[in-house]
Amino acid sequence: MVRLIGFLVGIGFVVVLGYSLIVGAIAYVGNPPEETVEHEFHREAEAVSFASDGPLGRFDRQQLQRGFQVYKEVCAACHSLGYVAFRDLHDLGFTEPEVDAIAQQWQIEVPSVDPDTGEAATRPATAADSFPHVYPNEIAARAANNNALPPDLSLITKAREGGADYIHALLTGYRNPPAELPEANQPGTGLYYNPYFANLNLAMPPPLTADGQVTYADGTEATVDQMARDVSAFLIWTAEPKMEARKSTGWAVLIFLIFATSLAWLAYQNVWRDIKH
Amino acid sequence: MSFPWAEQYTPTNPFMKYMDERLPMPRLIYNSLGKGYPTPRNLNYFWNFGSLAGLALVIQIVTGIVLAMHYAASTDIAFASVEHIMRDVNSGWLLRYLHSNGASFFFIALYIHIFRGLYYGSYKPPREMVWLLGLVIFLLAMATAFMGYVLPWGQMSYWGAQVITGLFSAIPLVGEALHSWLLGGFAPDNATLNRFFSLHYLLPFVIAGVIILHIWALHLPGSSNPTGIDVKGPQDTVPFHPYYTAKDGFGVGIFLILLAILVFFAPNFLGHADNYIEANPLSTPAHIVPEWYFWPFYAILRAFTVDFILPAKLWGVIAMFGSIILLFFLPWLDKSPVRSGNYRPQFKLWFWVLVGDVVVLAYCGGRPAEEPYVMVSQIASIYYFAHFLIILPIVSRTERPKPLPNSITESVLAKRGEPASPGPGSATPPAQPAV
Repeated sequence: MVRLIGFLVGIGFVVVLGYSLIVGAIAYVGNPPEETVEHEFHREAEAVSFASDGPLGRFDRQQLQRGFQVYKEVCAACHSLGYVAFRDLHDLGFTEPEVDAIAQQWQIEVPSVDPDTGEAATRPATAADSFPHVYPNEIAARAANNNALPPDLSLITKAREGGADYIHALLTGYRNPPAELPEANQPGTGLYYNPYFANLNLAMPPPLTADGQVTYADGTEATVDQMARDVSAFLIWTAEPKMEARKSTGWAVLIFLIFATSLAWLAYQNVWRDIKH
Repeated sequence: MSFPWAEQYTPTNPFMKYMDERLPMPRLIYNSLGKGYPTPRNLNYFWNFGSLAGLALVIQIVTGIVLAMHYAASTDIAFASVEHIMRDVNSGWLLRYLHSNGASFFFIALYIHIFRGLYYGSYKPPREMVWLLGLVIFLLAMATAFMGYVLPWGQMSYWGAQVITGLFSAIPLVGEALHSWLLGGFAPDNATLNRFFSLHYLLPFVIAGVIILHIWALHLPGSSNPTGIDVKGPQDTVPFHPYYTAKDGFGVGIFLILLAILVFFAPNFLGHADNYIEANPLSTPAHIVPEWYFWPFYAILRAFTVDFILPAKLWGVIAMFGSIILLFFLPWLDKSPVRSGNYRPQFKLWFWVLVGDVVVLAYCGGRPAEEPYVMVSQIASIYYFAHFLIILPIVSRTERPKPLPNSITESVLAKRGEPASPGPGSATPPAQPAV
């Protein structure tokens, strides 16, 4: 009885699925899906090598400091870094007074309350604060940016397919739209053509426009590509600040586990030595 | 319970004697995981995955309880509290990555354990209850994992919750009411997040309870084995401890090494980038995909594209749940008296087609809902249902199984190329134990 009912149910599913398949196949043959313009012109980010790559990779602190400088002087005008605190900058090799100074002099103050009147006020940031938001809310952000919302950058290298490679490609990928790009896909007002962006046109103006846009303290030549690499490396750190601890813990755990597993193998062989199985 | 030749628990220590008369917990452990549980001597490493799934559950519960001390189930701060765990809680990154990847490893162990059962006929008499309880555990694990994925309140959390709870609205008449009752609103919101957190904390303990029943039901007939034939005498078994504790110990080591590689060197490999964007009800991600362990079922759900008497969406929902429900009837669909696929040539062939089919379904479920993936998943879904409901019942009638060995010991010795004489100490094999 179970098998009879099961058989009928099975036939039912097979018939409905087969019907869906035939309808879908006819539509597919009669009207094959066309490649979209976005798909045709879109480019995948080229791989960039970072010091933090691979199981042994560690951050290049000099590069992180340069990347922080690019963030501070270029990106921070629009993009917040809300999950990172000034105190975290110790990890980049800044000393305590340097971190205090960076927080004190940060271009945006922290929302606060006037201790006498209770009215809304602002105060300079301290090392304990996270990076203040650039705009008080989303409406203000959109109003200032031609109705586009600059995303928070704390997690950006984990929140985009391609990670830091994608950020680097996007920053260096602005170009004039190709002549064969259809009229409908030409960048409109306030949009800029960038083949690494999913729909080809994005609202962010090219942020890194000329070599030497920032002046590196360590003497590194600030080409557009170098600045893009440095800020991408910095954003790997903001997204995964515990990466070095993770990898070194990982090696210790793996060495222990391989040793323990070897002992377990020997114990297994020893226990079973007289039993055929 | 157990076989007559099982070793008896005889405490010598006065305290253990005292305890044994008042709370015989050590006796219970001895009889279920110790020397008192005779286990077939020929189990291969596929028999390790039940205890590995249990280990994964323990890892999930331990890391989860600590994570819950730092997590805040409120739509305003849930996402930020996860970042707080990642950045400010001591070793919080380790707890969270162990928990998110541990879920994947729980499902890897569960899937291998289930396919082991399918191949070796572990669902057949007298172990039907073991199979049914296992399926209950599987369903509970899926519900727990789904609700857990919503908690970080990222884009995929939110939209996954939206899509999956939206399935219930396909049910005629009561669907809409049921949908808003489950969510506590018309869309996923604070009420949804809080009930999911509550249930996500509760269900693992329910799973632990059902696991106790699962093992209880298993220990009446004892473990099956790769030959699928019954244990005939003491020479066919070894005590669980130290033989299988030692063997499983090595498997546990390999399992933990693989988990460690993922957690420490590729912690986001199985995740989705969109879940590092905070949930935004106004912005739908380009492709909404669940976690990998749901992909085969997601492919079945999306394979129904045409209304046929019922709306396509309802067909998809029925088929998705049906694809698991039908497994509950497996012991009565496959009536072949031979358990192990090793002795069933036709069944073995179809079994491997099924494995490939589920892999294809999983691949399609992870891809966007566009051609040719939809057509491929339709073909694969047809096979999935046909395999269990049509092919298996027919094969179990028509197939001529290969001759079975006379005993487990004989098959072990034959594999070793030795004469099939009974082992020492088993001149007169005892009669089949009544279980």
